[in-house]
Amino acid sequence: MDQPRGRAFYLLAAVFALYVLFLYGPTLTILALSFQGPSGGLTFPMNGVSTHWFAKLWEGVGVVDIWAALRRSLALGLVVMALTVTIAFYAGLAFRKGFRGAGLVFALAVSSLIVPSIVVSLGIGLEFRLLDDGIKALAAATGWGFLQDHGTLMGLYTSALGAHLTWTLPFGLLIMFAVFNRFDPAYEEAARDLGASGPQTLRHVVVPILAPALVGVALFGFTLSFDELARTSQAIGGRNTLPLELQGLTTTVTTPEIYALGTVTTAVSALVIGTALGLTLWLQKRRARRALAGM
Amino acid sequence: MTDLALPAAAAAERTAAPADAARPRGRALAYLQAAPLALVFLVFLVVPLVLTGIVSLWEYNEYEIIPALTLQNYADVFDGCLSADLCTTLRTYMSTVKFVVLTLAITLPLGFAIAYFLAFHIRSGTVRMGLFLLCTIPFWTSNVIRMISWIPLLGRNGLVNDTLRTLGLIRAPIDGLLYSDFAVVLAFVHLDTVFMIVPIFNSLARIDRRLIEAARDGGASGAQILWNVVLPLAKPGIAIGTIFVTTLVMGDFVTVGVMGGQQIASVGKVIQVQMSYLQFPAAAANAVVLLAAVLLMILGLTRMIDLRREL
Repeated sequence: MDQPRGRAFYLLAAVFALYVLFLYGPTLTILALSFQGPSGGLTFPMNGVSTHWFAKLWEGVGVVDIWAALRRSLALGLVVMALTVTIAFYAGLAFRKGFRGAGLVFALAVSSLIVPSIVVSLGIGLEFRLLDDGIKALAAATGWGFLQDHGTLMGLYTSALGAHLTWTLPFGLLIMFAVFNRFDPAYEEAARDLGASGPQTLRHVVVPILAPALVGVALFGFTLSFDELARTSQAIGGRNTLPLELQGLTTTVTTPEIYALGTVTTAVSALVIGTALGLTLWLQKRRARRALAGM
Repeated sequence: MTDLALPAAAAAERTAAPADAARPRGRALAYLQAAPLALVFLVFLVVPLVLTGIVSLWEYNEYEIIPALTLQNYADVFDGCLSADLCTTLRTYMSTVKFVVLTLAITLPLGFAIAYFLAFHIRSGTVRMGLFLLCTIPFWTSNVIRMISWIPLLGRNGLVNDTLRTLGLIRAPIDGLLYSDFAVVLAFVHLDTVFMIVPIFNSLARIDRRLIEAARDGGASGAQILWNVVLPLAKPGIAIGTIFVTTLVMGDFVTVGVMGGQQIASVGKVIQVQMSYLQFPAAAANAVVLLAAVLLMILGLTRMIDLRREL
């Protein structure tokens, strides 16, 4: 494959460069515009440079408590991340061993990606509404006190959490498949031959080897959840996550404040990705170092 | 992520079975390990979809949904569709399918070109990984943010209009850049091309390079190799990418809403509006029809290739 670069290479390289520009251009413009001067508007030119709109954002956007929404999104993202890693990891182990119904569960995971988000959202919303109705009917029928002031089961850590998992778990599972396909079972056999129990093998051999991939799954889980909108839209109950508030704000806020908000959320995502990538590299390096030291 | 496949449990089972005494316990453990995943999909996918199907057959009025069987919701969905004029539903679907076709027409060649460039023209693995990450990073930030970031570019006084005016190419600003079909398709391409790149790249990366060398030795031209060797082998990736993009665009209501200025009809938007008016059975009937439409499209795509074998 050592021929000189042909015309096709430069043509495709140009396409790629234009695509990257197209991908990042708009985001960079709002990053720049979020530092618009106090008298600046939603478009160029910049009227001076300031952090005015970040200060405004700090005070809150209209009636919406944007910081509470950000906290809710972060907290939910972390819970989704932890659950995605754990559930996908164990499911990956199960699929490797094989079990009856494996094909069915796999088909479910894939269809979860294929069913349009609005349909999943509607379904989960309906499910919880019917559950609420059921509880209310039960309360009326039995007169049990603890059921009387039942509000709704719908919430951040019930319906919304479930909605997010239907989106993050298939991705996590697919990554686990890719990872286990490249995993050499000889390591486990060696551990078992040396007398390690199943849990010991898992903890001291499998998890450390897979750690970088697990960080990857965690990263997917968090960011997919943090930015998820369509699946949560009908399944969240009264308290909104940040993307939902953002969507509402697109029609009402007409100052660069919304760009400042965009910059902040992009920074959060970038921070998470950066941390995860750094952690992966560190894990790989540490493993290489340990392998050398062990020789 | 170059080799997505079900771990080869069956093959391992055949070779390891006699030696492995802990088999039944391992089997029981496998069920335990898979149970949480299965449970999540059961509670948050299967049951909700079944309930949607059931509620789509229920009656409703302004105040409540009534568990009494009726086909009225479906009749409402297709109301007037048998007459000569196009009914609302059919028009909505045509508008949505138009977006699917336009988005596919752009994302498919674009995604293929980029995946091809990354898989075949980049020689260093590290550089390839870096460029690949470059394409996927924007995917990690909020869709809504990425959509509103078009406003300063496409708006009436946006960068594009200003530049064109300064250059003297236009006198009055072009209004149709934002809040139009154009803006919607642009946003779809912006948001969804990555879903095309990743699976196609997966397929391309798995192609045995010796096949291409053999074709070249056999005297095939670059175009012939592309058409007769690479493209057929990339078909599963193309199909998966197409399925992804089709599903995303068919069910979308956010992009069409924000970029279309809440003026353009889409199937997802109809469902969302009905839900906001608490017309759940009507929304459910629309959801069932949408799901059927999407499944039909996917079925058509999978006819072209054996997806099961490829996964």
